Amino acid sequence: MKIDRRDFLKLAGIGGAVFASGLGGLGPSADAASSKKDDFFFVQLSDTHWGFTGPAVNPDASGTLKKGVEAVNSLKIQPDFIMFTGDLTHVTDDDKDRRKRLSEFRDIISKLKVKNMKFMPGEHDAGLDEGEAFKELFEKMHYTFDHKGVHFIVLDNVSDPTSSMGEEQLAWLSADLKQLDKKSRIVVFTHRPLFDLYPDWDWHTRDGAKAIELLLPYSNVTVFYGHIHQEHHRKTGHIAHHAAKGLMFPLPAPGSVPVKNPIPWDANQPYKGLGFRSVKVKVKKAEFAITEIGVKGERL
Amino acid sequence: MRLRSLAYGVIAAFIMISIGAYLIAAENEQVIQITAKRFEYSPKEITVKKGVPVVLEFTTLDRMHGFNCPGLGIRTDIRAGKANRLRFVPEKAGTFPFHCDNFCGSGHEGMRGTIIVTE
Repeated sequence: MKIDRRDFLKLAGIGGAVFASGLGGLGPSADAASSKKDDFFFVQLSDTHWGFTGPAVNPDASGTLKKGVEAVNSLKIQPDFIMFTGDLTHVTDDDKDRRKRLSEFRDIISKLKVKNMKFMPGEHDAGLDEGEAFKELFEKMHYTFDHKGVHFIVLDNVSDPTSSMGEEQLAWLSADLKQLDKKSRIVVFTHRPLFDLYPDWDWHTRDGAKAIELLLPYSNVTVFYGHIHQEHHRKTGHIAHHAAKGLMFPLPAPGSVPVKNPIPWDANQPYKGLGFRSVKVKVKKAEFAITEIGVKGERL
Repeated sequence: MRLRSLAYGVIAAFIMISIGAYLIAAENEQVIQITAKRFEYSPKEITVKKGVPVVLEFTTLDRMHGFNCPGLGIRTDIRAGKANRLRFVPEKAGTFPFHCDNFCGSGHEGMRGTIIVTE
């Protein structure tokens, strides 16, 4: 089933399981007065591709991430944590350069006011060395954490070059889920989509269906991912999957062109297609209000 | 006894026919060796004939790569130190792009080629 954002929002509203907003008025500042004690915000930053060069695609390649950091810092209500959903750096075939880029990335994001940051690799960070350099700086590739009644699961579907999570990680996921009540609030973070969005462009996880199968018995599951450099919403059964914009270059809509290349920079609309999102988590209702935000902090 | 002999005869004939068909097919197979390395295939343009079985034999000269030709519905991993064979019968003529679908580095997106299927 293919649904665009507006259709998805309608669908989500009717279904009642997930409410995704990006239509204005529900950003952190606007919603502050009505926020309940257990509700909270997190920010999803994705595909920052530090180290990328290509003036035709992004003439401000060395400045965009820094602007993103400033934009997050300027949010009136700071998020409880910030999640980076992979491709922190742009790929390099040189191991030393990879470490240098990861280190520079870490220095830049250290300027974020919020110090509770969570990381996962993308294939650009971890696809060539199975995550060796990434683990040196950010330690974990897949893990869980709990925050205010929500169970967060971070999956690694990039360090295996075949776009797979592997049986070992799937067994780990299964064991983790078995400890949870079927009505638990569960958020999954991945880099690649778990479902077959467009496999010919590597927009899938080869064994993603197995993870979805494990998650389906749980009634409140939402997935946030990156990789495709654009906002995208899809449901597999009752599970909603939300892709985020990137912070270096946008990519075309799935299958819309024969070859997947970055969308060239538009001098009349600089930073178009780039940004991040804040997510308000309404824990009791198991709802998520998504606000898309541009590089300069503007609501999109 | 006579029935049993007849049954053995039928089975033997079936086996002989199967082996014969296999040998004819194998004789007509187009075997093409392809090397993969960052970030290219050699050859990168392959011409085959419609209806004639094809065996692609892949070898990688560096790391793992992939081969994916969506137009023909075929793909395989190309693993180091392993025989990577892909057999198929092209059933339609045309030009079909293929690409590496196992992330292999900075030039991954450009690791591409074409299969031309002639009538």
